[in-house]
Amino acid sequence: MPDRLRAALLLAPALAVFGAFFLIPLAQLAIAGGAGGYTTILTEPRYLRSLGVTLLVAALTTVITLGIATAVGLFLARNRFPGRGTLLALMTLPLAFPGVVVGYLVIMLAGRQGLVAEISMALGGERIVFAYSMAGLLLGYVYFSIPRTLLTVIAAAEKLDPRLEEAARSLGASPFGVLRDVLLPGLAPALTAAGAICFATATGAFGTAFALASRIDVLPMVIYTEFTLQANLAVAAALSFLLGLATWAVLALARGASGGAAG
Amino acid sequence: MGFWTGLGFTLLISAFLILPVLVSVLAGVTANQFEGLSSGLTTRWLREVWANYGGTVLLSLQIALATLVITLLVGVPAAYVLARHAGLTARLVEEALVMPVAVPGIATALGLILAYGAVGDLRASWLFILVGHVVFCLPFMVRAVLAVLLSMDLKGLEEAARACGASWPQRFLGVILPNIAGGMLAGSLMVVTLSLGEFNMTLLLHTPFTRTLPVGLADAYTALRTEMASAYTLIFFVLIVPLLSAMQWAAGRADRVGAVR
Repeated sequence: MPDRLRAALLLAPALAVFGAFFLIPLAQLAIAGGAGGYTTILTEPRYLRSLGVTLLVAALTTVITLGIATAVGLFLARNRFPGRGTLLALMTLPLAFPGVVVGYLVIMLAGRQGLVAEISMALGGERIVFAYSMAGLLLGYVYFSIPRTLLTVIAAAEKLDPRLEEAARSLGASPFGVLRDVLLPGLAPALTAAGAICFATATGAFGTAFALASRIDVLPMVIYTEFTLQANLAVAAALSFLLGLATWAVLALARGASGGAAG
Repeated sequence: MGFWTGLGFTLLISAFLILPVLVSVLAGVTANQFEGLSSGLTTRWLREVWANYGGTVLLSLQIALATLVITLLVGVPAAYVLARHAGLTARLVEEALVMPVAVPGIATALGLILAYGAVGDLRASWLFILVGHVVFCLPFMVRAVLAVLLSMDLKGLEEAARACGASWPQRFLGVILPNIAGGMLAGSLMVVTLSLGEFNMTLLLHTPFTRTLPVGLADAYTALRTEMASAYTLIFFVLIVPLLSAMQWAAGRADRVGAVR
């Protein structure tokens, strides 16, 4: 059998799955929005507001996660101490938790009977509860994103040449100067890649918002409500298609910028 | 940043990640969460959850295994072709195949309903969920296997086998498959973990008769008392944590093998 024919036959099942169960459905989605769906989105302020809120939460998630993961990742990459492996294993445990479980864990932490509420009561204060708000959602997305980002940062930090850092220090650079001029530029491709994944996940996922079961109007929740409760298929389809296009574009751009490191 | 400041911050973040898990696990085996641990430990909630939601666990396992079989059969040959061909077409196909990861599950699910929701009894069948999981998981299998294929001298191996008179099926089954077993293992663990936890698509794709574990969890979080919701979550942890550990073990093993080469 000629090589080309064999290659085509071996590739055919994957392309069939992709075409039949991804391309055709997405095309249907684009069409189902119709002219009506797209104009409704642009003219009704609540859809634009929800888009703004979604982008804001995603941007905050990305900034906070990158900050935390860079600090912790650099520390774990640079230091060896007893218990380091266990600590790293514990911190990557949530990798396998879906958003809906993360939402529940946020309730365990900051809900009505959550840890924060119990501790603030025990200290004689009021019962602090913020799980069912935008702050709770943000907390959930940061929780979800830290393990992934942390692994990326550690892998990138271990590839940096420690001699560069030593050289900068011996030339009199302050710790902040080393971070700004040596470490962050070295980590930049990995941070871009991880940041894009944080951003895309926080824009498109809705398990966490769903579990918090509150009136959080992020885009995926709006799509779900429009589809199930109001049976407003055109708007749901138009919103989904635009959301899909946007997250795909963010990931593609970041992959270009980071030289292929982004998922 | 000094060592102790760094350690302190790292411990704070790990507490943020781990404490809610511990609280949830404890709540799932505590007789009465309002009274706390002093009310004693019990398996009552676990048994009640299993009686009411055991079916969701079994359906999720069934879907995860079926997804695994299909992604192996479809994904491994595709990865092989992508590794053997360097041209633009191959790169475009690769780009297309991983696209479903970048598009939010809710969008893909809505598209699937629009395209196939009215086809026969498909909408009511578990196969409808299976289709969604295959689309979402296939890129992870392709990437895991492709990574291993690209790290080894595929052409050299094949030529050596061909010179020894091996036919293509003999080369593929006898030489290539054993060499990419590590990538297939890593991809398999990833696919099963992702399928078991998939919610973004499944919430739209499921029906009352095809509820999966994460969909049942979401229901429990809004409808049941804390002890039951936590016990249900505990069952999920028991399934997923060994898979995750196996995944990390497989990744570490791949790193070491890579270092030796």
